[in-house]
Amino acid sequence: MPEAKGSVFSVSLGVGLATGLYGISFGALAATSGLDIWQTMALSLLMFSGGSQFAFIGVFATGGTASLGAAVASAWLLGVRNGFYAVRMAPILSKVGLAKLVPAMVTIDESTLVSISQTGLKSQRLGFWLTGGFVYLFWNSATLLGAFLGSSLGDVSKFGLDAAAAAAFVALIWARLDTGQARLVAIISIALAVALTPLLPAGIPVLVAGISAVVIGWFEKRPKAGGE
Amino acid sequence: MNTWMAILLGSLAVYSWKLLGFLIPERALSHPRVARIASFMTVSLLAALVGVQTFASKSGLVIDARVPAVALAAILAWRKVPFIVIVVLAAGLAALLRFLGWMA
Repeated sequence: MPEAKGSVFSVSLGVGLATGLYGISFGALAATSGLDIWQTMALSLLMFSGGSQFAFIGVFATGGTASLGAAVASAWLLGVRNGFYAVRMAPILSKVGLAKLVPAMVTIDESTLVSISQTGLKSQRLGFWLTGGFVYLFWNSATLLGAFLGSSLGDVSKFGLDAAAAAAFVALIWARLDTGQARLVAIISIALAVALTPLLPAGIPVLVAGISAVVIGWFEKRPKAGGE
Repeated sequence: MNTWMAILLGSLAVYSWKLLGFLIPERALSHPRVARIASFMTVSLLAALVGVQTFASKSGLVIDARVPAVALAAILAWRKVPFIVIVVLAAGLAALLRFLGWMA
């Protein structure tokens, strides 16, 4: 069906372009966090996972080289959802052996969501590869553009770029606050991280806050009395 | 650890999740507790980063132009405004407040 194929293509392209806009802000913030352009590009080319990349530069921006261990750990922990996407994508792509290495690289929010929203195995595969490819292309070219912009700005707080980083996380997290438990996790995590910031080395308060996810996630939400 | 090592190590660590998902059988992760903790981990770390990036300074905690900017971001996110618009407007508000000298 050429029509269905056309719509997968345009959805993938649209998602890729939107991600590119977001990539500009990543590039600019990374460049102002203290990374050079090559290091910024290496993150987008190799790590290729927006949440993890923002976490890495977020911790690095507050703690510098002393916080690199915490930056790696934060990026790693934020990447966990990609593992769940990969579990979802594996039967759709049905790759064996070393052929799994390539799709693993582009298994991210966007490629998975476009793929599983298609009907039929062929469209699902096409959606995964097109979206993964477009996002990779636009994310990396946008990072480069953003890194040049960021490094030519000088004093970044004058342009509010330090606030932009926090605003980016607010925007990223909002759609995930759809249950009472998720909101509780968010509130406890903010409180813990802020309260511990003056006491612990940079980056560590964020990891300590992550414990609340394990504790609250451990218990199943009880259904409301009288409800089913 | 130098910066390049951290970038490569972090990239490998993130990639390991993606590859792991392709290698293990689907039912291994189907336990609702595992899925719940993974989902909350994302919420928790992002929320913690919001807190730190809004209030942290070199010398501890501080309330400055980032606070109203983040509040604006929350309102815009609640109104389902697109990501890039949220980031630009929040940065713009912080920049404006600093330009006016209201909240350094």
